[in-house]
Amino acid sequence: MSSYYHEEDLARFAEMGEHAPELWNKFQQWYSAVFAEGALTQREKSLIALAVAHAVQCPYCIDAYTEDCLEKGADLAQMTEAVHVAAAIRGGASLVHGLQMRNAAKRLSM
Amino acid sequence: MATLAGTRHPLASPAEQLRILNQPLGRRSFEEALAASGLYPLTAAGIQVLQINVGKLCNQTCRHCHVDAGPDRREMMTRETAELCMRKLAETDIPTVDITGGAPELNPNFRFLVEESRRLGRHVIDRSNLTVLLLPSQADLAEFLARHQVEVVASLPYYTPERTDAQRGERVFAKSIEALRLLNRLGYGLDGSPLRLNLVYNPSGAFLPPAQHAVEADFRRELRRRWGVEFHRLYTITNMPISRFLEFLVSTGNYERYLDKLVRAYNPQAAAAVMCRSTLSVGWDGRLYDCDFNQMIELPVAAGAPGHIRDFDYAALAQRRIVTGVHCYGCTAGAGSSCGGATVPA
Repeated sequence: MSSYYHEEDLARFAEMGEHAPELWNKFQQWYSAVFAEGALTQREKSLIALAVAHAVQCPYCIDAYTEDCLEKGADLAQMTEAVHVAAAIRGGASLVHGLQMRNAAKRLSM
Repeated sequence: MATLAGTRHPLASPAEQLRILNQPLGRRSFEEALAASGLYPLTAAGIQVLQINVGKLCNQTCRHCHVDAGPDRREMMTRETAELCMRKLAETDIPTVDITGGAPELNPNFRFLVEESRRLGRHVIDRSNLTVLLLPSQADLAEFLARHQVEVVASLPYYTPERTDAQRGERVFAKSIEALRLLNRLGYGLDGSPLRLNLVYNPSGAFLPPAQHAVEADFRRELRRRWGVEFHRLYTITNMPISRFLEFLVSTGNYERYLDKLVRAYNPQAAAAVMCRSTLSVGWDGRLYDCDFNQMIELPVAAGAPGHIRDFDYAALAQRRIVTGVHCYGCTAGAGSSCGGATVPA
């Protein structure tokens, strides 16, 4: 069975500029600026990107930022903790919606 | 882990390595990249470093070793060749002698090379794997190095055991820390000390090194906090797609991707600053090369330049044409890579 995602498609990302070059160029410039060293180090930004990649469950981003984290000097312990941060926020986000449930139940209940 | 030579692996042969490296894969050749940067043909600009590789014997068998060094290797520089190196050195003003291997300290002529180079007033670098300092046969090695004010450049791919041992062998990290503490006790690596101790980071896999200044700060903080170890500088070095690292790339299916990465990361500034332009590399048998990597894939200095230390001619070698190949992309990727770390300032 063929897979919906293809690893080799990551290298074709730039094709997204073919019918909207100006938007693509703006995205590229902004993206580069975002990941440049600033108040956060490049490694910190890469670890945030890795965590977000897991939160949005983007396989391309996971591959890309696993490699990028390694190239920024992070190790598996740091990268695993970053994924736990993403998981904790996702889990917490579900759980905090429990208050929505409690509010609705209260509204409906005697 | 065994050496490629010891297991008669096809990639023990430089010819087989070159066959893989020279496969046409639709990439820009290194020479074309140089030409586009106005650097072709690449030529030497003097000789600042005489790098002497005294042989392939080593007490470790690291996974990425470009020398395919190990305990079973017997290629060793003889006393006669070592004396020849020193006689030729004396005829020049080359300021630095960089001694490498294998574990160079295991060559019986290592101390002769150090003493003679120092007597000639040259700066001496020992490229050490650290664990050699703990061998019973080398009990006085650290003090010898300190007495002769030898700069120690030591491999340590990470500040935790997991990644270090995965690349360099079981318990190598613990022994490396013990050796670093021994060097610190002698004054090596301490702030303001003339006993220089520099570390070498190289990636534990098919990826590029981080920014040198960033990872140096991490190493300084973490080695101090976790292990009480001090050092001067940290050099980042890119893994070269030759010998055991090439075998790793091929056997894990990473070869093409890694080569693409090196090619895409070509940096003209790094190309202009490659170490071969100021280094001459001597093999264990006295043959001359542009760098230690060319030495391992048996690409000698260009035709017309003296090919052996016995025929050393400073004027001819100082302006020689550099022999290049696809592996040279390893020294020109990103911030560049050399025996002294990144070549392009952050």
